[in-house]
Amino acid sequence: MILDPTTVATIVGMAIVTYLTRIGGLALAGRFDLGPRAQAALDAIPPAVLVAVIAPSMLATGWRETVASAITVLAAARLPLLATILIGVLAIVALRHLM
Amino acid sequence: MIEITPKSDRAEPGTARSEAMAGFRDILPAAIAAMPIGLVFGALATAKGLSVAEVWLMSFLVCAGGAQFAAIELWGYPVPVAALIASTLLINSRHVLMSASLGPKTGAFRPWQRFLTLFVMSDENWAFAERRATTRRLMPAYFGAMGATLWINWQVFSTLGAVGGTFLGDPRAIGADFAFTALFIGIVAGMWRGPATAAPVLASAAVGALTYRLVGTPWHVLAGALAGIAAAAATARPKEQAR
Repeated sequence: MILDPTTVATIVGMAIVTYLTRIGGLALAGRFDLGPRAQAALDAIPPAVLVAVIAPSMLATGWRETVASAITVLAAARLPLLATILIGVLAIVALRHLM
Repeated sequence: MIEITPKSDRAEPGTARSEAMAGFRDILPAAIAAMPIGLVFGALATAKGLSVAEVWLMSFLVCAGGAQFAAIELWGYPVPVAALIASTLLINSRHVLMSASLGPKTGAFRPWQRFLTLFVMSDENWAFAERRATTRRLMPAYFGAMGATLWINWQVFSTLGAVGGTFLGDPRAIGADFAFTALFIGIVAGMWRGPATAAPVLASAAVGALTYRLVGTPWHVLAGALAGIAAAAATARPKEQAR
């Protein structure tokens, strides 16, 4: 089996709905006159979305992941992105192997 | 030159080449972080029965890490086509919020550039585009270079993971599963604007984790994001100038 027709059809379906979500916001944008409250809500979309994606890993997976997340947050406050990722990964590996 | 700049404190955009280089430099750490994640994805997908060609096709056409991992989790034979497409739609529904937020900042894009670059919009290149748009005009070369880098990177490493298959062993042993979390923490830290960011971040984390526990994946993404947005609106100070 190299390319199964059902699998290909599923992947194409996934691709279509994904592209629709990626361009979907363009239809919404600029439709409203924004007050400061709506502007604050719009400004909060980036961090709110990113944090929601990783919330299970940070808070609902295990204490090791939560501790490693806390260490990563401390690192992120001081260090550039790549160093932050490296410290986070080292922290989780150390916690999983040593404890 | 009768160029009218909308805001005087804004830096002028560079040439297409320098904008593209800036995009490549900004996205490089995220691309490096995505390498082990791509390897793990490919290995998991082949373990579930997908062929190498199918893994590549999914990364080529869908190019959305979170939705692809969820799809592999759900994958089985016979293929649950409707469930897979619904899960993908739900996880990627955040893209609607993201493009709604980024759309007004793409004034320098031609329509085809907007529709082409949005095909490869991800959490990471969108986050950097949002950050850049706070200080200067967002250019298509900057955003497109980031998207293309991540897209090609994701295809290469997920396909390599599929070829390598079980060679990697347990991805947890090398902490590869946590690289994604650490990457996002780092990106959010880069967006930090003091107390105004704290309310949405805390609300999103709490509601996202709780929804994950009580309802399950992928609902935590939508619930957490909406909670964070609501918290930002609730704690906004009307007297302050927005931003």
